Amino acid sequence: MSQETLRIQKISGHAGSVPGEDTQRQYTVCKLIDTTTCIGCKACEVACMEWNDLPFGETVFDNSYQTMPETRWNYWNLILFNEHEREDGSLMWLMRKNQCMHCAEPGCLAACPSDGAIVQYTNGIVDFQQDKCIGCGYCITGCPFNIPKFNKETKRVYKCTLCTDRVSQGLEPACIKSCPTGCLHFGSKDDMKYLAEQRAKQLRDHYNFPKAGVYDPPGVGGTGVIYVLHDASQPELYGGLPKDPRIPLSVKLWKGPLKWLGNIAMVGGLIGLFAHYLRYGPKEREEEAKEPHEGAQP
Amino acid sequence: MSEHADQILPHGRVLRYPFGERLNHWIAAFSYIYLLLTGLAFWSPWLFWIAVLMGGGQISRTLHPWAGLIFFYAVARMHGYWSAQMKNTEVDKQWWRSISHYVQNEDDKMPPAGRYNAGQKALFWSFFYAAIVLLLTGIVLWFPEWIPWNLRWLRYISVFLHPVAALFTIANFLIHIYMSAFAERGAFGSVIHGDVTLHFAKRYHPAWYDEIVRRANAPRK
Ligand code: HEM
Ligand code: SF4
Ligand code: SF4
Repeated sequence: MSQETLRIQKISGHAGSVPGEDTQRQYTVCKLIDTTTCIGCKACEVACMEWNDLPFGETVFDNSYQTMPETRWNYWNLILFNEHEREDGSLMWLMRKNQCMHCAEPGCLAACPSDGAIVQYTNGIVDFQQDKCIGCGYCITGCPFNIPKFNKETKRVYKCTLCTDRVSQGLEPACIKSCPTGCLHFGSKDDMKYLAEQRAKQLRDHYNFPKAGVYDPPGVGGTGVIYVLHDASQPELYGGLPKDPRIPLSVKLWKGPLKWLGNIAMVGGLIGLFAHYLRYGPKEREEEAKEPHEGAQP
Repeated sequence: MSEHADQILPHGRVLRYPFGERLNHWIAAFSYIYLLLTGLAFWSPWLFWIAVLMGGGQISRTLHPWAGLIFFYAVARMHGYWSAQMKNTEVDKQWWRSISHYVQNEDDKMPPAGRYNAGQKALFWSFFYAAIVLLLTGIVLWFPEWIPWNLRWLRYISVFLHPVAALFTIANFLIHIYMSAFAERGAFGSVIHGDVTLHFAKRYHPAWYDEIVRRANAPRK
């Protein structure tokens, strides 16, 4: 997990192939969040603000153990809280650390029109390059997790970077470092996947959570942040985690077939009109138009 | 004296567009061309260089929606000026049936068009309705951060419909430019200096020409 993993493998709004793509095989990094051992202490929220030097913003009290309703441009890491009543009448406090999921197939990147405003490194981190961002907000529409947030002053969009700067130096992200219960883990995707499956099996076999499982949604090609859930059949309970997140269909149609149809129609139209002019020419030559007219005189 | 359309001028010319209509036409045209260029820059990575030429991506993104408001204002005024003349008539149906003659420059086989032929009317209504769609979807795209998460379908629809409507206007726009600047000599002048020759009127808008002559020959009251 050195700087070499910060070679770029996907670029938003880029014509042509990615320079230096696929020249080396690299680990994909992954953050594992075990919601079953999270106590909602918010150390990770503070660590995120500290490390990324984000300005302090007002918190919003909403009769819940949540700092604010959703992430903000300057608040990338938020523990979502839900008090869930189970069938047997018992209560559960569900805590989910919410941040960018670092999708393998990122909807934000697919939607972005600006060359290089969003990149995906070979280690899987999806990173916004604010200097190239034009502030169109297409990424907000492309993201199935409601993550990119717009700053009205700078007119740019911001989100969790998975601490690219730390990871490039062989450190774990700040949130991981701060977690007191050890519910956060960081490593290669394969290792984290294995660890998560082990934990889910433990929960199923020994802790009476028969539906425990791992959240690594295939609809977006898997994610660079995976969860262990007590009830993997109902991810919505965890602060509205989507069951089957996908890049929105209209975004796919817009960036796929519509783009090609539109380009072919525009080029075809220009060629067609030019060919028509060659074949039929103007409706009337200038010489004819100058002929004396008959009819009324003013 | 204020200008009135269809006024016969000296040297066998007739006024087709008074100053207000000409000015409005060019407000619509220039704002549209700006929208087209900046819009195309965001449409395809292959065309993103246009945004660089237009002052950079950020500036293009900031000004495109404002140009959109100007464009919509001009289209709405056009509707005020011309919608009454753009009503479809019986002749227009015949016109569409003989469209192949029109395409092959056999204008003598066409039913007599009035002040606007059926194609021009279609162009007008296409632009009018597309402008409404572009405005509504454009406003959603303008402020995506204002759309609450449970109304996100508004963004999904807009992000698709805005370019669809834009492409639809581009098809109309290309034909419009081709007809007015290349195919029908004399049409371009009508939106610059406002008048056309009587010959032009007779050649392309015979029913309009007859009306002008009738009015000019009518005894003054
Ligand atoms: C009528 C008011 C309009 C408004 C408020 C508006 C607003 C917007 C906004 C906010 C965007 C997102 C990116 C950007 O800001 O550039 C956009 C994109 C775009 N607009 Fe407009 N617009 C309008 C009219 C038009 C018109 C008349 C055209 C005709 C060519 C047009 C063509 C486009 C295109 C091609 C895109 C890019 C679509 C894509 O990324 O695929 N817009 N518009
Ligand atoms: S969660 Fe959203 S912002 Fe993060 S990589 Fe996926 S699509 Fe992009
Ligand atoms: S707002 Fe989002 S989609 Fe638009 S340029 Fe910036 S990063 Fe790309």
